[in-house]
Amino acid sequence: MASQFSTNASVTKTILLPQEEAPAKKLRLTKPSKSAALHIDLCKASNPTDALQYLLHFARSSVEAESVEGVVRILLEHYYKEQDNSVRLKIASLIGLLSKTQNFNPESILDDTLNTFNTEKSHQVLAQLLDTLLVIGTQLPESLIVRHRLIEVAYKHLSDTYFGVRNKCLQLLGCLGNVDTPLNKDGQGLVPAVIGGSAPGVSGGVCVRDAQSLISDYFADQDPRVRTAAIKAMLQLHERGLKIQQTIYDQACQLLCDDYEQVRSAAVQMVWVLSQLYPESIVPIPSSNEQVRLVDDSFGKISHMVSDGSWVVRVQAAKTLGNMLQVSPHFLEQTLDKKLMSDLRRKRTAHERAKELYASGEFSSGRKWADDAPKEKVDTSAVNLIASGACGAFVHGLEDEMYEVRIAAVDALSALAQSSASFAEKCLDFLVDMFNDEIEEVRLQSIHVLRQISTNITLREDQLDTVLAVLEDSSRDIREALHELLCFTNVSTKECIQLALLELLKNLTKYPTDRNSVWKCLKFLGCRHPTLVLPLVPELLSTHPYFHTPEPDMDDPAYIAVLVLVFNAAQSCPTMTALFSDHTFRHYTYLRDSLSHLVPPLRLPGRTQAPGVSGIEGSGSVESAQLFLQQSLSRISTIHNLQDPGAQDLLNFTIRDLQRLGELQTELAGAADFSATYLRCQLLLTKALQEKLWTMAVPLCLKHNAMATAAAKQMLEETYKLEFLYSGLENRQVATIHHVRLQAKALQLVLTARTRRGVEPLISVCEKFLQEVESFQRLFVVELPHLQESFVGKLLDLSPKLSACKPGELVKILQTTLRQSGFLNLQLPKQVQRASATIIEPTGESDNPLRFTSGLVVALDIDATLEHVQDPHNTVKVQVLYPDGQSHVIQPKPGDFRSPGPHRHRLITQVYLSHSAWTEACQIEVRLLLAYSSSRLCKAVWSDSSTEGLQPAEGATEGTIPFGKPVKVFIMPKPARR
Amino acid sequence: MPEIKVTPLGAGQDVGRSCILVSIGGKNIMLDCGMHMGFNDDRRFPDFSYITQQGRLTEFLDCVIISHFHLDHCGALPYMSEMVGYDGPIYMTHPTKAICPILLEDFRKITVDKKGETNFFTSQMIKDCMKKVVPLNLHQTVQVDDELEIKAYYAGHVLGAAMVQIKVGSESVVYTGDYNMTPDRHLGAAWIDKCRPDILISESTYATTIRDSKRCRERDFLKKVHETVERGGKVLIPVFALGRAQELCILLETFWERMNMKAPIYFSTGLTEKANHYYKLFITWTNQKIRKTFVQRNMFEFKHIKAFDRSYADNPGPMVVFATPGMLHAGQSLQIFKKWAGNEKNMIIMPGYCVQGTIGHKILNGQKKLEMENRQTLEVKLQVEYMSFSAHADAKGIMQLIRMAEPRNMLLVHGEAKKMEFLKDKIEQEFTINCFMPANGETTTVITNPSVPVDISLNLLKREMALGGPLPDPKKPRTMHGTLIMKDNSLRLVSPEQALKELGLNEHQLRFTCRVQYRKTEFTIFIVFSSSYLVKAWLVLKGYTIQHLPDGTVMVESIVIKVSSSAEEPNTKVLLLSWSYQDEDLGSFLSTLLKKGLPSGLSSM
Repeated sequence: MASQFSTNASVTKTILLPQEEAPAKKLRLTKPSKSAALHIDLCKASNPTDALQYLLHFARSSVEAESVEGVVRILLEHYYKEQDNSVRLKIASLIGLLSKTQNFNPESILDDTLNTFNTEKSHQVLAQLLDTLLVIGTQLPESLIVRHRLIEVAYKHLSDTYFGVRNKCLQLLGCLGNVDTPLNKDGQGLVPAVIGGSAPGVSGGVCVRDAQSLISDYFADQDPRVRTAAIKAMLQLHERGLKIQQTIYDQACQLLCDDYEQVRSAAVQMVWVLSQLYPESIVPIPSSNEQVRLVDDSFGKISHMVSDGSWVVRVQAAKTLGNMLQVSPHFLEQTLDKKLMSDLRRKRTAHERAKELYASGEFSSGRKWADDAPKEKVDTSAVNLIASGACGAFVHGLEDEMYEVRIAAVDALSALAQSSASFAEKCLDFLVDMFNDEIEEVRLQSIHVLRQISTNITLREDQLDTVLAVLEDSSRDIREALHELLCFTNVSTKECIQLALLELLKNLTKYPTDRNSVWKCLKFLGCRHPTLVLPLVPELLSTHPYFHTPEPDMDDPAYIAVLVLVFNAAQSCPTMTALFSDHTFRHYTYLRDSLSHLVPPLRLPGRTQAPGVSGIEGSGSVESAQLFLQQSLSRISTIHNLQDPGAQDLLNFTIRDLQRLGELQTELAGAADFSATYLRCQLLLTKALQEKLWTMAVPLCLKHNAMATAAAKQMLEETYKLEFLYSGLENRQVATIHHVRLQAKALQLVLTARTRRGVEPLISVCEKFLQEVESFQRLFVVELPHLQESFVGKLLDLSPKLSACKPGELVKILQTTLRQSGFLNLQLPKQVQRASATIIEPTGESDNPLRFTSGLVVALDIDATLEHVQDPHNTVKVQVLYPDGQSHVIQPKPGDFRSPGPHRHRLITQVYLSHSAWTEACQIEVRLLLAYSSSRLCKAVWSDSSTEGLQPAEGATEGTIPFGKPVKVFIMPKPARR
Repeated sequence: MPEIKVTPLGAGQDVGRSCILVSIGGKNIMLDCGMHMGFNDDRRFPDFSYITQQGRLTEFLDCVIISHFHLDHCGALPYMSEMVGYDGPIYMTHPTKAICPILLEDFRKITVDKKGETNFFTSQMIKDCMKKVVPLNLHQTVQVDDELEIKAYYAGHVLGAAMVQIKVGSESVVYTGDYNMTPDRHLGAAWIDKCRPDILISESTYATTIRDSKRCRERDFLKKVHETVERGGKVLIPVFALGRAQELCILLETFWERMNMKAPIYFSTGLTEKANHYYKLFITWTNQKIRKTFVQRNMFEFKHIKAFDRSYADNPGPMVVFATPGMLHAGQSLQIFKKWAGNEKNMIIMPGYCVQGTIGHKILNGQKKLEMENRQTLEVKLQVEYMSFSAHADAKGIMQLIRMAEPRNMLLVHGEAKKMEFLKDKIEQEFTINCFMPANGETTTVITNPSVPVDISLNLLKREMALGGPLPDPKKPRTMHGTLIMKDNSLRLVSPEQALKELGLNEHQLRFTCRVQYRKTEFTIFIVFSSSYLVKAWLVLKGYTIQHLPDGTVMVESIVIKVSSSAEEPNTKVLLLSWSYQDEDLGSFLSTLLKKGLPSGLSSM
């Protein structure tokens, strides 16, 4: 056994082999080849232990593809000489490893490997050899002949007495075997179906059978490990896309009652696979002459496994239930009814049946005393306590001891409820009950699930009550998940709304940090239930028909919360505004401006609105805003050359419009910002290129130079933001962004040429620029037609000349091209979203410095929401800026990111601060950075284009974009006391 | 035929004073030794005179096993061991061993100090009794003696409750004690492996109940408590000091914390502290949640629950009180009940089962007037609620356990006869196994079919395998030849040669010989030829080897067929047939075949 362990250990190590190839190549000239060295080593080995050591050592070094065959021969040579099992085993495993070497065709060593089987006596070594064959077989998936030979070997050793050998044989069959395909009538099916059929001479005694029936024979093996392996092999066949016959269904079902948990667990999977393959076929119910659909039957059986003795099996079963969407509704609903039934077979629902039984007094629910006194007996034969039914599967699963099972059950409920509205309705009570689970993870998961299915359901008051009770939970995750849930819930009565509001306000006072989340929640509540809010308005705003009530405090978060609810309801309920008192209107205008994302535009009677934005605001719809965006952009497109008079003004206005639009219409914020930024880049370029300044002599316009340099730098930065901060970009836009970047670089080049004397530095800069142009051309071949009139287009027209000309000329060309090139129009993709981040905590409002002893660390809790960030685990970093200019960048752990909703992430992490002592408290800045690397993105975007065209070192710019507002935190490192 | 006998001395078709005698493989085991809550006379303890009329029990019992610390399972233990007399080992789990003496002492105090009974066991007796206890760990196999072994499984129910498997040779019995198949706030669910015992002795308290999901129950309970407290009423929850009490405490504690409630919660008895101490201690016996979170906060350290003082019962305003004992038959719970019974704002929640004869049972059955001691009557105005929180398996749970253990026979105890009857029918019908429900003193005998293990020599097996082709099919029996040696209390199956060698005997060969005479020569030769041809054809088909020896003899396996002419009668040909004992089948077949083939066959041995 020990040797087997060491083998395994080395397997994991040697996966690194191919990477070490480069240095090995250099050494090859001076050193004798690997194989020779190994040969000498092995010959030197006097005893098995030494030999094993050499082999272990050898396993750590790398072997080139050319010499693999030689090495294998030497190994095999030694193999035949070796008496010790462990050494032979190691050799066998090494052969398997070696055959994985890149660019090596293992077919050449197949024969030699197969020959070893003739002499091998040790079962362990045989198992390892079969494993090696498996490796070889998986390396050569296309070769039919190889496969047949391997399968033949596997078949021969299937009757081995050692379980390991049988396991490996089954694995081989699973990975390489074929299932008879009766559909294939034209003779093609003949060869693959037959084991050993291709070599009739050898297979005299081997009967012609397909892998499936062979494997299924071992479902009844005496060793549980072999049984498991057989099921796994069958599943492997299925995974490889071969169709498994229905005939093994009964066998699989029997395995569900196996004594060993791993067998049962695998059998659950097997039954599920079959139920997915043959959902509609009919199977008989034993001990009755009725029949059910196979999927229903297997659903019942798997449900039964939810009360299995082993929790591993229970988890497996509960998970599997969630994937059985074709099951009939009445079977599905039984899973929520723990009451007995014998009734699966008839079409009556479980509930009726249960009610009947309950009424007849056979079983009590345990809620009332003495209601279980036996009265008259119902037909006892009809009552089936542990019927093969699905009955109560989820009830059991949800109150299981292990939270893993409960979570699996909740997930399964969610999957099933999403596909069936009636089931969703029924499982509601159970999910709501799960909110009281003792494990937070389970509570959280059930809240999420309820959110997912909440479109299908309406909460009753008592259910809402239970739901809202969770608002007092001390865990922020739970509360926020609940807010999220409330955003999507439908409630039935106005009491519900009132209840929800009250609880949310309570929540707000208890946990003031939940402010934003609570407001958002109320916004959606208002939007969804305008008619339910309407009767509550006087009470909510505490208005009185005759008396003036005192004006509430505008800064009170609770009052704002109420207003958010009311205003959002008023949006689709025009009569509501009549109930507002004067100050409400004033507050409306204030909130509309300060919290425009929470307060919708209202059509207020008799109120004059801000004139500038009325056009957009009045209609308020996304479509009109979209239209406006399009119009602005098309207006811009009339500009042909940026040097045109009036172009700058137009740009200026449009940028302003777009920015405002972005603020007003959150849906279009991304697109508007994107266009605005792009236009700003163009504006910067235009300003930098203003004609009269360029004609001046250099020393005279130092100021201008500085301005232009700054502009070029800013443009560069903006392009990175454009490229990496926005999601949903298409190639076209990426090309445009890169184009701007080229322009900026050209500008920089020109400026360098102007300010610096001497040609030498210029040459390298020019070369670099030309390379960039080239790579741009390569990257965006498809887009080039659109770029005809642009800077690059013109530059490429001149390209043959460019590479030849001197730096001075190049600069001249660039200068003119820059100025003459037309304005490149921006085409907006459908959805552009800007990545954004908000640091919720620390709030930056605290005046109490964080004190700690200098030189030691202090942990600062950071809580931030990220929106539209792709792959935040790799890209988002936290930067800490100390007042002395020191800065640290911290990469949060992947576990610190949660994903509460689509396109949203939540970063809850701790950063460690440390500094030498200060005399007084000072602010540090904490901000979030979005790291980018152009090479990575290019690869992702251009994965289809040839990879060698990309030289990552050349084009890759790595950097970070700060996003989100930085937050200031007072810290105070004190000197340590001695 | 070997048999297992089970005799309940208590808990047969009854709840209370659990005490079951099991005789298995010549060993006598007593399972549990409890007292009855409903009686105050001799009936409160099991009738040990069933075992022996006089003298000590030690020589009649091999061991005593206590499943958990509830008094109806261990209350008679000091009485039995010290007063009746038993010195053998008593097995119980560690938590049970820790908590059991506290409860016994409490029980003794109530009976002796309060009621003034004499002739009751003393504190010293409890101590002496506990000295005889051998602690058990879960899943640990303990050898009581060379043959008897016991093994404990987790049973839920209360802290330290265990199910026990008793095994002698290949016969085994599983006694469940009280168990719970659904986990609760502080304990996990019972679990057993597929041990396939000959008898599964199961409790059946809730034989006719299928409980709702525990979450509904919890919610209902909290709602009822909440409502009563909101309207200023007092809530009395009679519990036993340990077990349900802790679960309900955790439940209320978390609820109070969540809802930020102010009404006080009291726990009535001084036992609480000690008990909670043990719950904190035996954290491995609790459920997943408590085990996982106890590092941050031990769930049994309550913030809202305080100790109760007698004077608090008269305090105005709402409160919740947990008071012992659970069935309102005596003690503090009864006192408080008397004080609060008159006010309809108050509420009593019975969280579990009540034995017949207790006040709890009476009020649950709707009695509005209770007769107390001194001929007083008490009017019951407060609301009586029943919530089945007691941690017994319901009908479905019992079925689930049967499915897990796959017993050959089933025996129900610890339940009411009528309900048992119902469950018995269900079990018999569902699993097609025998189900028994003996009354107290009634013996159930189950005939077992134990397998006798025999050592088989490897050579013999290998030889058999060489003959038999592929692997033996474990599902099908297969016959083989060998010699069974019974020596020194062990059984061995060896090959005949080895047996002979070991016994120092010579091998004797037994051969059967048969002569067949033929009169007419020509005809006979033809016959001989044709019959041997016939034989040959048949044998070839069967796959036997046939050899022709040079002297005209035919050998079929060990059978020799020889034709010879006798000297006296030249006309007659004699066919000699000889076979060894091993080939008896073939030989006799051949002889009949040859005889039948003759027109006038004569044969002689």
